[in-house]
Amino acid sequence: MAPRTSAKICGMGHSMKRKEDPRFLQGKGNYIDDFTLPGMLWLDIVRSPIAYGKIVNIDTSKALEIDGVLAVLTGKDLEAYNLHWMPTLMSDTQMVLPTDTVMYQSQEVAGVIATSRYAAADGVAAVEVEYEPMKPVIDPFQALEDDAPVLRTDKEGQEDNRIWHWEAGDKEATDKIFDEADVVVREKMHVPRIHVASIETCGCLADFNPVEGHLTVYMTTQAPHAIRTVLALVAGHVGLSEEKIRVVSPDIGGGFGGKVPVYPGYVIAIAASVVLGKPVKWIEDRMENLQADSFARDYHMDAEVAADSSGRIRALRIKTLADHGYSDAQAAPSKFPAGLFSICTGSYDMENAYAEVDAVYTNKPPGGVAYRCSFRVTEAVHCLERIVDTLAHKVGKDPATLREENFIGKEAFPYQSPLGWEYDSGDYQAAMDKAKEMIGYDDLRREQAEKRARGELMGIGVCSFTEVLGAGPSKDFDILGIKMFDSAEVRVHPTGKAIARFGTKSQGQGHETTYAQIIAEELGLPAAHVQVEEGDTDTAPYGLGTYASRSTPTAGAAGAMAARKIRDKAAKIAAHLLEVSEDDLDWEPGTFSVKGAPDKSVSIQECAFAAYTNLPEGLEPGMEATNYYDPPNLTFPFGTYICVVDIDRGTGEVSVRRFVAVDDCGNIINPMIVQGQIHGGLTQGLGPALYEEIPYDEDGNNLAGSFMDYLVPTAVETPAWETGHTVTPSPHHPLGAKGVGESATVGAPPAIANAVVDALAHLGVTHMEIPIRPDRVWEVLREKGVAG
Amino acid sequence: MIPPQFDYHAPGSLEEALALLGELDDAKVMSGGQSLLPMLKLRLATPANIVDIGRIPGLDSITESGGSLRIGALVTETALEENATVAERYPILLDTAKVIADPLVRNRATICGNVAHGDPANDHPATMLALRAQMVATGPKGERTIGVDDFFHGLFMTSLDPGEILTEIRIPAPGERSGGAYLKLERKVGDYAVAGVAVQLELDKNGKVTRAGIGLTNLGFAPIRASAAEKALTGATLLEQRGFKGAIARVRGIFSGGLDADEVIAAAAQAAADATDPVADRRGSVEYKRNMARVLTARAIRQALSRAGG
Amino acid sequence: MARHNVTVTVNGEAHSREVDSRLLLVHLIRDELALTGTHIGCDTTHCGACTVLVDGVPTKSCTVLAVQADGADIGTVEGLADANGMSALQEGFMQEHGLQCGFCTPGMLMTGTALLAANANPSEAEIREAISGNLCRCTGYVNIVKAVEYAAAKMAGADAPADGEDN
Ligand SMILES: Cc1cc2nc3c(=O)[nH]c(=O)nc-3n(C[C@H](O)[C@H](O)[C@H](O)COP(=O)(O)OP(=O)(O)OC[C@H]3O[C@@H](n4cnc5c(N)ncnc54)[C@H](O)[C@@H]3O)c2cc1C
Ligand code: FES
Ligand code: FES
Repeated sequence: MAPRTSAKICGMGHSMKRKEDPRFLQGKGNYIDDFTLPGMLWLDIVRSPIAYGKIVNIDTSKALEIDGVLAVLTGKDLEAYNLHWMPTLMSDTQMVLPTDTVMYQSQEVAGVIATSRYAAADGVAAVEVEYEPMKPVIDPFQALEDDAPVLRTDKEGQEDNRIWHWEAGDKEATDKIFDEADVVVREKMHVPRIHVASIETCGCLADFNPVEGHLTVYMTTQAPHAIRTVLALVAGHVGLSEEKIRVVSPDIGGGFGGKVPVYPGYVIAIAASVVLGKPVKWIEDRMENLQADSFARDYHMDAEVAADSSGRIRALRIKTLADHGYSDAQAAPSKFPAGLFSICTGSYDMENAYAEVDAVYTNKPPGGVAYRCSFRVTEAVHCLERIVDTLAHKVGKDPATLREENFIGKEAFPYQSPLGWEYDSGDYQAAMDKAKEMIGYDDLRREQAEKRARGELMGIGVCSFTEVLGAGPSKDFDILGIKMFDSAEVRVHPTGKAIARFGTKSQGQGHETTYAQIIAEELGLPAAHVQVEEGDTDTAPYGLGTYASRSTPTAGAAGAMAARKIRDKAAKIAAHLLEVSEDDLDWEPGTFSVKGAPDKSVSIQECAFAAYTNLPEGLEPGMEATNYYDPPNLTFPFGTYICVVDIDRGTGEVSVRRFVAVDDCGNIINPMIVQGQIHGGLTQGLGPALYEEIPYDEDGNNLAGSFMDYLVPTAVETPAWETGHTVTPSPHHPLGAKGVGESATVGAPPAIANAVVDALAHLGVTHMEIPIRPDRVWEVLREKGVAG
Repeated sequence: MIPPQFDYHAPGSLEEALALLGELDDAKVMSGGQSLLPMLKLRLATPANIVDIGRIPGLDSITESGGSLRIGALVTETALEENATVAERYPILLDTAKVIADPLVRNRATICGNVAHGDPANDHPATMLALRAQMVATGPKGERTIGVDDFFHGLFMTSLDPGEILTEIRIPAPGERSGGAYLKLERKVGDYAVAGVAVQLELDKNGKVTRAGIGLTNLGFAPIRASAAEKALTGATLLEQRGFKGAIARVRGIFSGGLDADEVIAAAAQAAADATDPVADRRGSVEYKRNMARVLTARAIRQALSRAGG
Repeated sequence: MARHNVTVTVNGEAHSREVDSRLLLVHLIRDELALTGTHIGCDTTHCGACTVLVDGVPTKSCTVLAVQADGADIGTVEGLADANGMSALQEGFMQEHGLQCGFCTPGMLMTGTALLAANANPSEAEIREAISGNLCRCTGYVNIVKAVEYAAAKMAGADAPADGEDN
C-alpha cells in the first residue's frame, strides 16, 4: 500500500523516524524518578514478610530515631481519614495500609517518610512489626472448597472465596453437540501468573499545596484522567475534589498494563504529602514491583473441543478458574469481569461455544492486569490454539491444514461469533499462506521427518489467532461507569503548525509520531509540524488511557475525526479565498484547488492563516476541533505465527531457531513502529512461553520476586524475529486501522508451545504447560524413555 | 535497594590493607564488589567496614611462570577472557569466564573474589578443583598456600581467615597432551548454574588418561570434586579413534577386559552424578540436577578429550 | 560514619562531592549531579539500565560505590552527542528504531559505545552477547542489533544500511 501523502507530509504508511527519540537518546527523557521538587521528601514502604496474618504490633520508635526519618504512617493513621481502604477499578476494595490483617506477602504495612532515599530505607529496616501468622489459602482450587477459610471477612455477605461467576454462550446447545460429536479432545492448562516487568518500575511524586488545597501528582500511569477521577472518589471526602487534582503522566519506561491500577504506594505518598504539606516521592524497587504490583494471567482452564471425524470443529467448551489474589484489582471494563475471554472461538467457524470463568480470592497480591493484551485475550488464544493442535494430532492432520479447514472464510465477514462478537474483517488464509511461504513450511516438515528418524527433536508450531481490540463502544464498555471513548483536541495555529492533545498516554508506542502522522494524513500538514501532547489532566482532553491496544482504534480515530472537522472548516475558508463554491473544490493532502483549474489553489497553511486573519462572514474564527470518539465496534486484528524449535535431548533445553510472524492490523500508520511493536510483543510472548512465571510456595512466598528468578529474556535467548504482514482494513475505523500493540504477546506463546509439543508429538505428548522450562521438558523425555 | 551504613577504606598497599583488616571491627574485603554490593543492597550482609583492595597496585596481573599460571587478586573476568595465554593454554578458564554473569558484571568481577566468596553457585571453584589450583592467602603473618581441596568448607565458608586476602590463584601449567572444558547449564544469561561441570584431562602419548580433574558447580553446599568419576577415567584410553585403528583399539580394549570409550565416559558421568547433593529449587528437581551433572560431565569429558587430542 | 571527598570527571567535567561510604555511583550521578539519563531498573544487578563507562569500561553503576569511582573518568549518555550532533550509535538507534520507551536506551548506548570502541565490526552474535547484561522489555532486541550494525557501518565510512522497513 503506497502512502497517499508525500514524504514531506509523512502521513500514514511512512516509516517516519520517531519524534520522541532525540530526547530519549540524549538522556533527556523525563521519567518519574527524574523529577525533584524543592523540599521533597521520600517515601519507602515496610512490607509484610508473611502471606496471611494478624498484625499484633507496629513499633516505629527505632525508625523515628534515625536521622532524617520524619514520620511513619500506618493503617491506623489512614483510618483516621478513612483512607485505609480504596476501591479497585473492578468495584472491589483493596487496602491502602492494613489496620489489622495482612493478606499477601509484600503487602504494604507502613510508610516511612524521610528526607532522603537512604534515610527512608534505613527507616524501613528499623520498623518492627509483630505478626501472628495464619495459614494462607494459596491454591485457587482449594480456595473454593467448603472447608476453606473465608478470606474477605471485611466484605459483608461474602460467605466463600468466590468473587464472581461469568459465562457466555449457549450451554445446552453446546453440550448437545459434545454429546453427539465424533471426536472430543480435552486439555487442562494453566496460563500462569506473570508480571509485566517494565524496566521502569512504578512511582509518583505527590505535591500537595496546602495554601491552595491543590494536589499535583506526577505518576507512572497509563490512564491519568481515570486515575484523577478515582483519586477524587477516594479522597473527595477529605477535600480533594477533581478540579483540585492534577495528574501528570511523564515519560513512561514501559507500561504494558502494569501502570493502569492505583497502587497503595501512590495513595500513601499522596496522604503523606497532604499530611506533611511537602512534596513526597515514592519509587518502588524491582522486588516490590514483582512482589506487590498487579500480576497478569493466572487462569486455570479446562478446555474441550468437539469435532467431526475429519477434524471440522463443531463446538468449544471451556471451564476456567481465575486466581485474582486477595482483591479483584484487574483493570477490565465493568461489564466484562473475565475481560474479552469470549473471543476464545478465535479464527474458526463453529456451531456453538460455551465458556465460563469463576474468580476466586487467594492470599496473593491483587491484580489481573491486561498485560499487553486486550483483557484476557492471551488466555483465550492460548487455550484455543493449544487445543486445536491436540485436535489435529487426534485426527491425524497437519496443524496448519486443520486450521485452514476450520478458518472463517473471508467472505463470511462481518462474522457473528457464537459468543456474540461481530468480527469486522479478516482474511485468515492469506496470513497463513504468507507465513508458510516465509518460513518454508513444507521443507521444514521434511527436515523434521528426517531428524525424527535420527532421533533428533525438532518441532514446528503454528498459531492463527484472532485478537479483539479497541475497547470500546460505549453501549458495552465502561470503567467505573465512565464510557471507554477516547479523545483528541487539534488546533492549527496561524502559521500552519498544529498542536494535538489526546486522552491516551504513550509508554513507548510512539504516539508523538503516529498521532502526528494521522493528523498529517487528514490535514496534509507535515507531521513534523504537529506537536502531540498527552498525559497532563490539566491540558489534555478526557480519555480512558492507553492499554489493551486501544489508542489507535479510539484516540487515533478521534484525532482523524477532529482533523476532518478542521478540514471541513478549511474547505469553507478555501472556497472563500478562491472565490468559488465549496462544491467546486478538489482536495489533495495539503491543498485545495478549483476543479478543472488545478493551478488555482490554496494550501492548508494558507487556510489556517486566513482562519485568524481573513474569515468568510459568519464563520467562527480559529481552527480548532475536538472529538470524543465512541467506536461503533471493536477491531479484530489477526495473524499466523510459525515457530521452529530444537530440543536438546540431554538437558531439555528448547531453542527457538526461527519465528515468523505475519500480522494483519488493517491499515498501517507507521510500518517501522508497527514492526517494532511486534518484535517487542513477540519477546514478551517468548518470556512466558519459556522463562517467566511468578510461582508461590504453599506458605505464600513469592518464588520469583527479583530479576534473579523472574527471567526476562536477554538478547541471547531472543531469536531474530522475522515479520511480515497482510492488510485487511477495518471497515468501521476512520483510518481502516485496527491496532497492533499486543497481537504478538497473544500469538507467540501458543506458537512456541505448539512447536515444543509438535517436537514431542510422536512420543504421545499432547500438552506442555508454560513456561516450558528445560526441567519440565526433560521430565517428559525421561518419562517417554528418550532422555539423552 | 539501599546498602546499610558502613565505613569504607581504600588502602594503597597490601600491607596497609592487612593492617586495616587487623584493626577494624567486622571488616570485609571487597574486590570487584559484584557479589558483595548486591548482598549489601539486599541487606543480606551488614559489615561495619569495607576494605576495598581495588586500588592496590600489582595485583592485576596474569602471568605464567614457575610452572604455573598466576592470577592476581584484581584480575577481572574480562581480563581473563582477553588474555592470549589463557585462550591458548587454559581454554577451560575461558569457558568458565564466558558463562559467568554477563559482560558488564564480568568487567568488574574478579576471579579471586569469585573463589573467595565461597558460593557453590559460582563457577570458578569447580574449574579450580578440576585444575588442582593452589590458593595463595596473605595475612598478617605472611603468605600461605592452600590446596583447592582444602579451601571450600560449605556455603560461603572457606579456609581464609578474616584477616587474610586471597592474593593469587596458582594453576599448574598443563602437560603436553591435556585439555579441559567447562560446561554450564543456565536458564538464561546472567543466571547461576542449574549445574556446571569442569573437566581437565591429561593424556600420555598413547592417549591414556594419566590425570583427571572434575569439579561440579551448584550441586551441593560446596563445590564438589567428583573423585570417583576422576578415578573411572584415570588409566582409560578414550581418544575417539576413527576407522580401522579405532576398531582395533576398541577390540583390544575389550579383550583386555576393559570397556569401550563410551562406556567409560558413561560410567564416569554417572559417578559424577552420584557425587552430587543438590537441592530442589526453581532450577529443577534433585533428580533433574543429578541427571544434568551426568549429561554435562559426559559432554565436558568429550570436549576435554577433543581439546587434548588437538 | 565517615564521609569521603570524591572527585569524578563526568563527560569531561570535573565534579567534587562529599559523600557517604555507601552512596552508590548511580545515585551520585542521578541525584547529586542531576544527570538523570542514567536509569535504575533493578536491585540485583541484572538490568543494565544504569550502565555508564568508568574509564571507558561499561559498568553497572548501581553496583559500584561512588567512593570507588574517585578519580575516575565517567561517561554517561548525556556525553555522547557533541557539537556535531548525535553519535553514530545514537543515530543508529533512531534510524533503526532501536528504542521504544527509551528507559533501557542509555544503558544500551553505553554498552554499545564500548563495544564499537573495542570491535569496529561486531557480528550479530557478538552484539547480542555484548548487550546480554542490558535488558530491554520493549524492542525485542532485533532493532538494537541493527542500530549497532548501522553505527559500525557508518563509522567505517560505508553508506548507512537501508531502512529496516517491514517487508
Ligand atoms: C547479576 C549477576 C550474575 C552473576 N552470575 C554469576 C555466575 O553465573 N557465576 C558466577 O560464578 N558468578 C556470578 N556472579 C558473581 C560474580 O562473578 C561475582 O563478582 C563474584 O562471585 C565475586 O567477585 P567480586 O570480585 O565481585 O567479589 P566481591 O563482591 O568484591 O567479594 C565477594 C566476597 O569475596 C570476598 N573477597 C573478594 N575478594 C577477596 C580476596 N581477594 N580475598 C579475600 N576475600 C575476598 C569478599 O569479602 C566478599 O565476601 C554474578 C553476579 C551478578 C551481579
Ligand atoms: S539498575 Fe539494574 S543493573 Fe543496575
Ligand atoms: S525501549 Fe523500553 S526497555 Fe528498552
